[in-house]
Amino acid sequence: MESNAIFLMRNELVLVGIALILLVAEIATKPDKKNGIITLAAVLFGLATAAGFIPATEGTLFGGSYVTNTMTVFMKNILNMGVFIVFLQSVTWLKKEENHGKISEYFILILSTLIGMNFMISSGDFLMMYVGLELATIPMAALAAFQKYSEKSAEAGIKLILTSALSSGILLYGLSFIYGTTGSIYFEDIVGKIGNNPMQTFGLVFFVSGMAFKISLVPFHLWTADVYEGAPVNITSYLSVVSKGAAAFTLMIILFKVFGPVTEIWQPLLYTLAVATMTVGNLFAMRQDNLKRFLAFSSIAQAGFILLGIMQGGELGMTTVVYFMLIYVFTNLAAFGVISAISEATGKENISDYASLYKTNPRLSLILLLSMFSLAGIPPVAGFFGKFFLFTSAGAKGYYILILIAVLNATISLYYYLRVVKAMLIDKSDTPIETIKTPWSMRISLLICVAGIFFIGFISAIYEYISSISFGIN
Amino acid sequence: MNILNLFVIIPVLTVVGIVLVKDYKGVRTTAAIGMSLQLITAAILAVSFFAQRKAGLDADFLFRSDLMWFKSLNIHYSVGVDSIAVWMICLTAVVVFAGIFASWEVQYLSKEFFISLILLATGVFGFFISLDLFTMFLFYELAVIPMYMLIGIWGSGPKEYSAMKLTLMLMGGSALLIVGLLGLYFHSASSGPVTFNLLELSKISFPIAMQRFFFPFLFVGFGILGALFPLHTWSPDGHSSAPTAVSMLHAGVLMKLGGYGALRVAMFLLPDAAREMSWIFLVLTTISVVYGAFGAIWQKDLKYINAYSSVSHCGLVLFALLMMNKTAINGAILQMISHGLMTALFFALIGMIYGRTHTRIVPEMGGLMNVIPFLGVAYVIAGLASLGLPGLSGFVAEMTVFVGAFEHTDTFRRVATIIATMSIVITAVYILRVVGQLLLGPVREKEYLEFPDARWYERLSIVALILPIAIIGLYPAFLSGTLADAITPIVERLTSLL
Repeated sequence: MESNAIFLMRNELVLVGIALILLVAEIATKPDKKNGIITLAAVLFGLATAAGFIPATEGTLFGGSYVTNTMTVFMKNILNMGVFIVFLQSVTWLKKEENHGKISEYFILILSTLIGMNFMISSGDFLMMYVGLELATIPMAALAAFQKYSEKSAEAGIKLILTSALSSGILLYGLSFIYGTTGSIYFEDIVGKIGNNPMQTFGLVFFVSGMAFKISLVPFHLWTADVYEGAPVNITSYLSVVSKGAAAFTLMIILFKVFGPVTEIWQPLLYTLAVATMTVGNLFAMRQDNLKRFLAFSSIAQAGFILLGIMQGGELGMTTVVYFMLIYVFTNLAAFGVISAISEATGKENISDYASLYKTNPRLSLILLLSMFSLAGIPPVAGFFGKFFLFTSAGAKGYYILILIAVLNATISLYYYLRVVKAMLIDKSDTPIETIKTPWSMRISLLICVAGIFFIGFISAIYEYISSISFGIN
Repeated sequence: MNILNLFVIIPVLTVVGIVLVKDYKGVRTTAAIGMSLQLITAAILAVSFFAQRKAGLDADFLFRSDLMWFKSLNIHYSVGVDSIAVWMICLTAVVVFAGIFASWEVQYLSKEFFISLILLATGVFGFFISLDLFTMFLFYELAVIPMYMLIGIWGSGPKEYSAMKLTLMLMGGSALLIVGLLGLYFHSASSGPVTFNLLELSKISFPIAMQRFFFPFLFVGFGILGALFPLHTWSPDGHSSAPTAVSMLHAGVLMKLGGYGALRVAMFLLPDAAREMSWIFLVLTTISVVYGAFGAIWQKDLKYINAYSSVSHCGLVLFALLMMNKTAINGAILQMISHGLMTALFFALIGMIYGRTHTRIVPEMGGLMNVIPFLGVAYVIAGLASLGLPGLSGFVAEMTVFVGAFEHTDTFRRVATIIATMSIVITAVYILRVVGQLLLGPVREKEYLEFPDARWYERLSIVALILPIAIIGLYPAFLSGTLADAITPIVERLTSLL
């Protein structure tokens, strides 16, 4: 191994570097200067995000355990952008008295999970993938329980860690079958030995179930709403966007790379999961009043749409999934940003509290409106393109009935997204939320999100770029 | 530059202008200027289109331009018009123009109101100029969604319920469309790369099994917007709750998207299935025509009367299209334009009357002709056009439709036609009764005497709509004579295998 080959891991190395710098900064700063760490973290991470776009080289490390190519780097960049936006949105919250002693913990925990996710995406064998998965999960439970004196937050933490442990167990059990029948953990070795073997099918189903917990697909979604509601808003947005995206990417890559020869087994599996996920997510989202729970179920439904792309199994499928996730990051974080800003200022988190919001906070309302339309897939905002292309990738496989179910679900989802719009624009309230002055960091983050929502759809070059770097089942 | 691009650029610039100005007076002036320019552009388009036709350009679509958008999916921004599209654009421009002046007094959140209204218009214009089904669909959805806010915020009555019902039903329609469009897209692979381009799709003869599967999606998807029974229920609620200009635009123009799409996409591209299944939809549209008319008789609210009447008249459009011969399709186009103008006029007048009497219930009013003669006379003209009096556009359209429908010699179509003609009589009943109760007789309340007659902007709006109604009625040849070049290829494809 040449010494400079280590730079193939530049994304992970940079993140480790930042985490270490923050650790040193935590020790070096005086207790009354801790707020400086926030700026330091945001600036360093911003630079790292920007640096991620430097053209990368393909290659493998550690005898094939670690694989990197332009696609994985692009996926990591999507996650980085998401985390950067989350960092900007959490500035006000971190400056609160209650979080004073935990500022650097917050950043270091998030960075460790992000490193774990990067390793998951870049994994070349199941061991690396599993280590990445655990690194991405365990600090997450600490994050969910970040407000340790809040019962709901603590409950969220324990729920997350228990379900994660269970799902990891299921996943490992499945992987043990794969290892037992093929004698290898390396993706490249396994793919030649995968066939219509019942033990391998068993392993595949358990593997998909384990990942389904992470992406919160129905029926493995039961932890989602409680954890999302209990965790602090910024953690929830991180969970629902970045963490979910990383898991979806990993599932897609492994299904393509390892289980490519047995598509006829996992496609019906995903078909069923997609239908259940979209439908159940939608039906539950309709009844929510708490916005965090509402977005939790909406994100479950959205995950169902992602499966449409994964199922396609080709370059088109990967392109549409990555493109959709890119849009989803900006869209969902715009919604969470507004909710976070309002929640920080007033503590209100219910749809019914948002009545007449447009009168008092026109800008925030418009941003939330845009993100709702984008989530619902209404043109001309980006969500329309993302969803339409996912349907297209399902159409390429001839799944027209699935498309019909999906589009009807998209129509149902419009109902609850419009409920939020209705509350802000139509409903009258005697005690509307007062006018909120948002800090600059929040403004920047929302500006980035709105730019993303507006332009990613129209600029076809982005789609073409993703299309040029994506790969399918060989 | 291609003149068609102006139909997207002008509305966008108008929206930008509206964002920049301060008070509601500035907003409405900006909107009026923008949409007047749009009307002029539409007129220029019509004149130059027919000049080019005269000069011998006989391509199916003129003013073509094509820009690659999503290369790997072969999605283009592709525009072009034939004579049907030109007339629909003109209709839209007139109705939007009239709509702006009919909502001259909107002051509550006027900025947002006019922006939504113009976005809606952009969607409609974009739909008519598109030749790529992807962009066509994009514009279609763009036209539907501002409706929710327009009805929900500025509407009246059970506005939230109506807005939600309308949006969800229309979006359900567009959900069906997605399935149909993707079916067309992937089955075009049989002859070259997959495409959304209407012209290339129209060269392919799809296998009949595929046509049978996808035709219902496309036809019903567009049919919902065209108030196809039993999926018309959004229309009465939506129209009656919507503010004036929105009812005008929606009944006048947006519902025409349904008929236009059903013809241009569903029937034109999948002709064999259209022939095979036309009887099912003929039954449904015949029910629409008669049921809508009967529904209107029972209503007491002016807007409900007109909404049900729209169901009946738009049903007639689909009815005529399904007859699939030149005369009937010609009649369908005429009916779209005629109904667009006259229903917009109706809704404008209802809005103006409501603005004075603050009620829309017919039995609570009376003798309005004595106090607001201008509006009264205009209402009578609209009514007479609606019941098909010779000399106005309604007669021309309905006559052509029924003559075309009767050209078929088989019993089924003849019976359907005879049943559908009943609607003419029923229309006369509800129109004349309303005219009698509303306008004639003694002045019902003392305060009516204080009513001002139509103001300048109201007159402008009314005249803009009455003029074309009268012109089409008196000299229909200038319109129906120009449609042949667009209808011939469609009918040829529809009948080619018979």
